[in-house]
Amino acid sequence: MTAAFATPTTTWYLLLGAVLFSIGVVGVMVRRNPLVLFMCVELMLNAVNLTFVALARRMGDIGGQTTVFFVMVVAAAEVVVGLGIVVAILRRQPNATTDDMAELKG
Amino acid sequence: MELFVFVVAAAMVLGGAVGVVVRSHPVHAALSLVLTLFGVAVLFIAQDAHFLAAVQVIVYAGAIVVLFLFVIMLLGVDNAEDLHVEPFKVQRPVASVVGAGLMVLIGTAIIVSRKAAVPPSPQSQAVQDAALDPHDGNIKALARDLFSDHVLAFELTSVLLVIAVVATVLLARKPRPGELTVESKAGGR
Repeated sequence: MTAAFATPTTTWYLLLGAVLFSIGVVGVMVRRNPLVLFMCVELMLNAVNLTFVALARRMGDIGGQTTVFFVMVVAAAEVVVGLGIVVAILRRQPNATTDDMAELKG
Repeated sequence: MELFVFVVAAAMVLGGAVGVVVRSHPVHAALSLVLTLFGVAVLFIAQDAHFLAAVQVIVYAGAIVVLFLFVIMLLGVDNAEDLHVEPFKVQRPVASVVGAGLMVLIGTAIIVSRKAAVPPSPQSQAVQDAALDPHDGNIKALARDLFSDHVLAFELTSVLLVIAVVATVLLARKPRPGELTVESKAGGR
């Protein structure tokens, strides 16, 4: 019985990624602080990265890891632009929540 | 041994993720995020993605979380959010149901398809490199794939990063008095 649980298979990593993604989704829907919202988006991105790496090893294809590299670059750019917008909003209106962002529409 | 690493790293990942969602203080949430990111880096190493693990620690835990903390401190929004006040009564139950449903859905798909045969992929030069050289085979394989098949996308990411930097400087700086800004052009304020 212990031999069956000796080494974690790809399925374990995929399930962990699914749970991590779901936690991120719940966080985005529940939290109201825009900064924490960005952190939950990072959780979801990391879940997908974990899935890519697990499948890259399973398939014997390095392309999955290349994709994770690009995801990281785009995530960094997204965080930089997003935090710039958050800084611009919170400077004008401190303690703004995501509900107050509805004022952004024209 | 690999099981032990997996269990410890998974506990780090899930504990940190729950911490991000549950902790009311933004600084605590950011530090929980660091825990999750380190756990993911450990899992990357466990799956022979050594370069990505290093990038994960440097870029995510080093740069992005520091950026989060910097913004939190800069804006002085580091006061705890009162999580007991909930304007929409149905929001949390609905979010819990949607999250649990999503987890069950994806989990079922993974469990059902776990016996699926791996399609025979051509053993590329990159994978052969990784097999031949266990020391830096991963980095060589990744570099060969990145700079041959995906070199155009790689160059485009540099354009993306430059655009992001310029946009952020434009968004976040304080305009000098009397200067024409994006906002005043748009007619706001």
